[in-house]
Amino acid sequence: MTGARTASPRRVLSAFFVVACALCVVVALIPLAFVLFFVVSQGVQSLNLDFFINNPRPVGEAGGGMANAIVGTLMLTGLAAAMAVPIGVLSGVYLSEYRGSRFASAVRFAADTLNGVPSIVIGVFAYAVVVLPLRHFSTLAGGFALGIMMIPIITRTTEELLLLVPHALREGALALGATRARAVFTVIVPAALPGIITGVVLALARIAGETAPLLFTSFNNRFFSTSLSQPISSITVQVFTYAISPYEDWHRQAWAGALVLVSIVLVCSMAARFAAARVASIRGQ
Amino acid sequence: MRSADFSFRVGVGAFAAALLLIVIAIAMTLANDSALSIEKFGLSFWGTSNWDPVAGEFGALPFIWGTLYSSVLALLIATPVALGIAVFVSELCPDALRAPLIFLTELLAAIPSIVYGLWGIFVLVPAVRALEVAMPDSLRALPLFSGPPLGVGMFAAALILAVMVVPFTSAIAREVLRTVPASQREAAYALGATRFEAIRAAMFYARTGIIGAVMLGFGRALGETMAVTMVIGNNPQVSLSLFAPQYTMAAVLANEFTEAADALYLSALIEIGLVLFVITLFVNMLSRALIWSMARQASPRRAVLVARGAEA
Repeated sequence: MTGARTASPRRVLSAFFVVACALCVVVALIPLAFVLFFVVSQGVQSLNLDFFINNPRPVGEAGGGMANAIVGTLMLTGLAAAMAVPIGVLSGVYLSEYRGSRFASAVRFAADTLNGVPSIVIGVFAYAVVVLPLRHFSTLAGGFALGIMMIPIITRTTEELLLLVPHALREGALALGATRARAVFTVIVPAALPGIITGVVLALARIAGETAPLLFTSFNNRFFSTSLSQPISSITVQVFTYAISPYEDWHRQAWAGALVLVSIVLVCSMAARFAAARVASIRGQ
Repeated sequence: MRSADFSFRVGVGAFAAALLLIVIAIAMTLANDSALSIEKFGLSFWGTSNWDPVAGEFGALPFIWGTLYSSVLALLIATPVALGIAVFVSELCPDALRAPLIFLTELLAAIPSIVYGLWGIFVLVPAVRALEVAMPDSLRALPLFSGPPLGVGMFAAALILAVMVVPFTSAIAREVLRTVPASQREAAYALGATRFEAIRAAMFYARTGIIGAVMLGFGRALGETMAVTMVIGNNPQVSLSLFAPQYTMAAVLANEFTEAADALYLSALIEIGLVLFVITLFVNMLSRALIWSMARQASPRRAVLVARGAEA
């Protein structure tokens, strides 16, 4: 027989396919490397103390910063969390406790639907139900929009993590005569708490990077503000404003803002991975 | 005891009901607030290209064209890459490499849209402009490449969308491939298949789910706002040219919503939001149904998890 070892067309094709798949990975990681490289190299040049402690200054005046936008992003995400954590966690509890019911299927469907709604559409909704009645852009409207985006993420994380809690824990609590509420809030939820907190942190990181739902809800503000009923600046909207402006100095600040945003995302996802690994190792022991 | 359990159920259920109410409220609010424009223009809103807020004439054809064209182009670029990654990570790569690769692709999904947009304006667009300038005139004569070399335009938008869609499609395709029973691959190998042939068999087995994963990427691309707004050029025109500045539904909302001074203008923009909502809703529902039906057939236990991970 002619050697099975020689390169038959089928073998060549197979080897080619393996190489092509590996190349796909490289192709996808090139933009990641490029984006990170530019954000870090451009951002580091413009990131200084002024950036964190000063408010924006008029064009041409040096030393402006994004202190107002940083405070704004903190307030917006804080409001969003205050709205989304109770609704998200408790509906997650409902979904895991009564997972077979029709109502649970409907809620699960609603959560998946909400998760797929484009963020700009959430912004339109928040505009219609908060900005129009109050008659102006406000921190409240921006926090509301971000909160709506956050709810389905937390709902699903909570549900999945509660389902991972061993049955024995629940049965133990019920056998001791606990009501369902008591079993849930004193045994089952605490057992899943580290995971739920990780999920909330990841959701916060994600919405802190959102721009579209803020454009016409919290709008923007050149001045420092902590008022809930006034427009407020945010890092993302400020980066957008600066990026499409014609001024060199504002471009530099936009890169600095982008570096802050990417750092938030990186720190949060690393922390979440670390926490997940720790939980897994504790469980494993 | 019974009544305590009942009140617990009602109490927690009230919060769950909030989710349902929000989705219903979004649909009703959008429909209600766009009534003015729907009544005035009817279906011609989606068939005409004249967008003139001053004269009170609104035709949204260029926006829906730009949204669909940019998303389809992004899919054409992203799908082969995403499937290649999914196959590499789930079937080919050494175990030690798997977790880091998954982390890196997740990072690609985690970078905020505005950061992609900033990078797009200052790095990608000049690169695309250089490419357009370097292109031979014989090619530039084709309708696909016509127009001045601006850099901003459909091609830059499709590229940046593709980068943003890859991690979503590849994550779901990876999960879908994992649900294919090992017996499928083993049977192929036992028949003397090469690696490629065995993987092809597994992908054929998983085809419904893979189509679902690709559609999910489509749904993402349709609604993507900031990065596209910053590089597509924001010019409402229906053009086949990859280099022409165009516009999308999400981008017109981002740019013009705060300028909508009169009721009709605002209502026309909200109608665009309504249609974007409905389209993404259908695309997402269909993709979830496909992923779920495939995963259930392969492994009922994991089906729900895979299908629901569909939008993480």
